[in-house]
Amino acid sequence: MKKDLLGIAELSSEEIYLILDTAEAMREIGQRPIKKVPTLRGKTVVNLFFEPSTRTRTSFEIAEKRLSADTLSIAVAASSVLKGETLVDTAMNIEAMSPDMIVVRHAASGACHLLSRICRSRIINAGDGMHEHPTQALLDAFTIREHKKRIDGLKVAIVGDLLHSRVLRSNVLLLTKLGAEVWVSGPRTLVPAGMERFGVRVSTSVEEAVADADVIMMLRIQQERMQGAFIPSLREYFTVFGMTAERVARAKPDVIIMHPGPMNRGVEIASEVADGPYSVILEQVANGVAVRMAVLYLLAGGQEGG
Amino acid sequence: MKRLLKGGRVVDPANGRDGVFDVLIDGDRIVRVGRDLPVEADVIVVEVPSGLVVCPGLIDMHVHLREPGQEHKETIATGTAAAVAGGFTAVACMPNTHPVNDNAGVTEYILKKAAEANLARVYPIGAVSRGQDGEQLADIAELRQAGCVALSDDGRPVATALLMRRALEYAGMFKMPVIEHCEDPSLKAGGVAHEGYHASTLGLHGIPGEAESIMALRDISLAELTGGCVHIAHMSARQTLDAVRYGKTRGARVTCEVTPHHLVLTDEMLVSPIPYDTNVKMNPPLRASEDRDAMLAGLADGSVDVIATDHAPHHYDEKHVEFDRASFGITGLETAVSLCLDRLVHAGVISLARLIELLSVNPAKILGVAGGSLAAGAPADVTILAPDLAVTVSVARMRSKAKNTPFDGWQLRGGVAATLVGGRVVYEGVGSLLQFLPPAL
Repeated sequence: MKKDLLGIAELSSEEIYLILDTAEAMREIGQRPIKKVPTLRGKTVVNLFFEPSTRTRTSFEIAEKRLSADTLSIAVAASSVLKGETLVDTAMNIEAMSPDMIVVRHAASGACHLLSRICRSRIINAGDGMHEHPTQALLDAFTIREHKKRIDGLKVAIVGDLLHSRVLRSNVLLLTKLGAEVWVSGPRTLVPAGMERFGVRVSTSVEEAVADADVIMMLRIQQERMQGAFIPSLREYFTVFGMTAERVARAKPDVIIMHPGPMNRGVEIASEVADGPYSVILEQVANGVAVRMAVLYLLAGGQEGG
Repeated sequence: MKRLLKGGRVVDPANGRDGVFDVLIDGDRIVRVGRDLPVEADVIVVEVPSGLVVCPGLIDMHVHLREPGQEHKETIATGTAAAVAGGFTAVACMPNTHPVNDNAGVTEYILKKAAEANLARVYPIGAVSRGQDGEQLADIAELRQAGCVALSDDGRPVATALLMRRALEYAGMFKMPVIEHCEDPSLKAGGVAHEGYHASTLGLHGIPGEAESIMALRDISLAELTGGCVHIAHMSARQTLDAVRYGKTRGARVTCEVTPHHLVLTDEMLVSPIPYDTNVKMNPPLRASEDRDAMLAGLADGSVDVIATDHAPHHYDEKHVEFDRASFGITGLETAVSLCLDRLVHAGVISLARLIELLSVNPAKILGVAGGSLAAGAPADVTILAPDLAVTVSVARMRSKAKNTPFDGWQLRGGVAATLVGGRVVYEGVGSLLQFLPPAL
């Protein structure tokens, strides 16, 4: 493993499989009565969150505690930034206290790359702007593999706001690296320029994208996108792209439905689908802890660290 | 004092010269250019080693000197020091200072600082609109009187078609071109990089080439309507070049410039060698390779009139931040000649004579200023190029106050041996072998 986990772009398929395999072992820890191992004892992990996050931050915190790391979480939006401190200065101040790893969530794409260049601590990207969210893609892959026993050759349809989604970018990179056939679908106004060069099929017909799919992955539509005139209304979005039972019926009978959360029920996904038998949305959340434990463990040095 | 530059290759396209000539300078003027000029008694003979090129002083018609108001980025003294080190005998500076150069007071201040620095000539460009806010025309006659040579709201486009129409009509009375930063603000939509695959992989908001070409088409149409002169600044998109060609065939008075970085770099630099390098963030952004290739073709076929640097010095603090937050722009004065010689002339894209047209003859013509020619009687603004000099770009050695360039460490073929402004030697490259002063007795 490299020093940092900045994105899926920097990982080889071997490294991805190593993380997924390690996560299998980590999940077992979470099923014990005493959910704690001493692996990261004496290591300090700082969760530096410049953007609000409940799911990802909680998941990292639980993963860190299960590995016995000393951990603390900082919500920076409320403190230093308001006083005019730069990202670099905030990070250098944390760095001065010698943490081993810094888990970073930031609204600007590339923020983790910037910190990676100046910090000795290992940087783990917990989501940077519209760029990447690598641990989300890893936990998604873990979940898919659990259900389908493979990733190679699966048809995965990703539907929603493609333009602003870091989850999309990380998932596309990961799934294409591991040989899945990836289809993406969303309003033409929310398709990034050059999307076809990502090695995916692009369709503005959600019906076409989900046809015979093994996996349907929904992306969140953010309310504020309507102000940019990307879509006329949330109601219309649901009519054209919302994941309804009728649309799911076009996929394979054993399709799984995924969503990185937080969900907008009745906007990108119908409740009957979100809560239906194909939904693995809560399994994704559960697997997130195991995958993040694996990432922390491997970055800390794997065997030597243990 | 008389100096005879003897035996160099003189490239002077304005007078149809490209060959070995002598150039006789008396004081601040060129007296004669010819073969084997006689050496009079009171003349200092400067032997020009073979391989060096004597050409009319280079003119950068698009720089930001940041003074007054942003002296932490650059001053007129450091900016003109950078200019002469880069082979430029004159620069035209944009009015987006603090306060904006929209009145004679600011223009006079700039000219006073330039006179104190006493290096490159400085031609101020006045604002089109008061405060560059796109509402009301600036006092254009007053700006002209004070010494402005052109008008621009650079940094942003002239806000409305109506204001642009009035500006072209009004400025036409004073023979001033309007230099336009072409950008449709709504299409730019907070973008920070060229809209395309590379920006998409990095999750950066894109700016399509059409944000530029749409505005260029508006302005070219208005140039036709009014008979005014519009000059398209820092052209980057192939669609804009097509618009300029269209305007020229219709007889519109439109000219355009391209920066060295848009001729050399593409948006692949966003990703590699340094992902999210803020020194490749500029406006307009580095475009796709198709756009870069179109610009190169435009240089060769004559559609492009000028190479200008858009020298945009910024402080370290303004670049050592997240990509989204970093200031747009890079420095250009001290890298332009080496980049152009290496990537354009040695690469066979254009001839040296064509390069001199782009960097000297045409800027002088468009701005209506002296220079661009080594004719008898012209000011002795002379650049001596060393086209085969091995140059390693080093920000540590730059005269500019700012260090924001993506070219640090680049190895290029071609540099500047010396720069003369009004007959004075204002820059001498290390090891140029030129002896401007008589040997000590």
